[in-house]
Amino acid sequence: MNAIYILWLRELKRYFRSRARMVGSLGQPLLFLVALGFGLGPVFQRAGQGNYFQFLGPGVIAMGILFTAIFAGIQVIWDRQFGFLKETLVAPVSRFNIMLGKTLGGATIATIQGIIVLVLATVVGFRPNFLAIPLAIIFMMLIALFFTGLGIAISSMLEDMQGFQLIMNFIVQPLFFLSGALFPINNLPKAFSVVISVDPLTYGVDGIRGTLTGVTHFGLLVDFTVLTVITIIVLGIGGYLFSKIQS
Amino acid sequence: MSIFDILKTVTDKIIEVSNLTKKFKDFTAVDDISFSVDHGQIFAFLGPNGAGKTTTIKMLTTLLSPTSGEITINGFDAVSDKNHVRSSFGIVFQDQSLDDELTAYENMEFHAVLYDIPEMARRSRIEEMLKFVELVDRQNHLVKTFSGGMKRRLEIARGLLHHPKIFFLDEPTQGLDPQTRNHIWSYVRNLSKHENITIFFTTHYLEEAQEYADKIAIMDRGKIIKVGTVHEILAATGTKTLEQGFLALTGSEIREEEASGADKLRLHRGMWRGR
Repeated sequence: MNAIYILWLRELKRYFRSRARMVGSLGQPLLFLVALGFGLGPVFQRAGQGNYFQFLGPGVIAMGILFTAIFAGIQVIWDRQFGFLKETLVAPVSRFNIMLGKTLGGATIATIQGIIVLVLATVVGFRPNFLAIPLAIIFMMLIALFFTGLGIAISSMLEDMQGFQLIMNFIVQPLFFLSGALFPINNLPKAFSVVISVDPLTYGVDGIRGTLTGVTHFGLLVDFTVLTVITIIVLGIGGYLFSKIQS
Repeated sequence: MSIFDILKTVTDKIIEVSNLTKKFKDFTAVDDISFSVDHGQIFAFLGPNGAGKTTTIKMLTTLLSPTSGEITINGFDAVSDKNHVRSSFGIVFQDQSLDDELTAYENMEFHAVLYDIPEMARRSRIEEMLKFVELVDRQNHLVKTFSGGMKRRLEIARGLLHHPKIFFLDEPTQGLDPQTRNHIWSYVRNLSKHENITIFFTTHYLEEAQEYADKIAIMDRGKIIKVGTVHEILAATGTKTLEQGFLALTGSEIREEEASGADKLRLHRGMWRGR
């Protein structure tokens, strides 16, 4: 029990001690919000879709969570050779508990990032339903858990950072762009639609958007169920792969 | 308890390796090796690059599973009883395994929690170990502010926190200046003499092995080619220094190795200032 807590605590300490990293990782979601919000806003409005800031807000919140979570998970590759992980692998602690501590820690900081993006988005022009924020946070946590778990699962299979570029460009970026974070997903060509509905982030974005702005494509219940199920699956797979790490 | 179990405790071997083999696909890294280490011994495990030393140590420290053979550490089987084995040893890895963004104290505290040291005892044990390596006054400083030698000392303090019977040291003085190397070896010798801790180390600095080791095993191409004291090895090879004896046994040809994932990461690390 204690081991999980101390691993979780470690992630938090590392996060709060790096002001530069905290601020730096907020740059991207905010850039998207401001550039696309002001830039494409008029076009969106004219197309009869309403206020783009309202639409985009949840999308960039999910973006903040996605990248923070994946990074936290991918850290495992680096840690594996150079850091703390080796210390934990030789300790008399179960691999599963180590993975759980790291996942919960990574997911916590990713959720905190999401909340910060939410706050900053309201400064720029996003108007969420404030009463629904606690519910939105639940969806944020699910996204955070899923992607931290995914990051750890992937890193458990890689030996060095070579694959990292591939992962960022061919997995993470597509997951983000094809999630309905930036554009509405109704009335899209069939094939495209199918790809989007296979993307886990889609349900997360939809859930956050549904709670904070009332607009949802799949319905909150579907979003929640899908996210919970795939998160459990990914944590299971991640736990298994992590336990198989032979340094 | 059978007669064999009783005999085992009497023979005083803290590490026993029998017919240990490790195969990777079609490559045999460790080929049917056997050796043992006595309680309180300083044991040097030497060999050229690619000999299979690192693989062997990984198996001894439960990071890798053997293909076949047996490893018994402190009476526990390294495959079926991993956690008991893990509690029995401490280790200082070749590459840093400290968390740079935590303080010295916090790094120690982590170890204390992972090794189940009771909460009441934690603070006093941590301070005791930090005193031993002369880092008490830096306990609340972030590890990233430490020099290489200080980090190594901290790793030693941390590895011993749970009072293990065995201490594994993988290239413990690599990259350190002579003063620090001397300092570290005086700590280690102390541990062996006064605490009866078994020291198992590898090094490329053969003068260290010559100076400090009670017993030496030399590994090459997956096999153990010689085990003995420094004197025995010098006598068997007709040489005057361990380095000469070593080269006589393993040849003076440079061993080529493929860069491992670790080497690539080390390269990156140089570029990224360790991040």
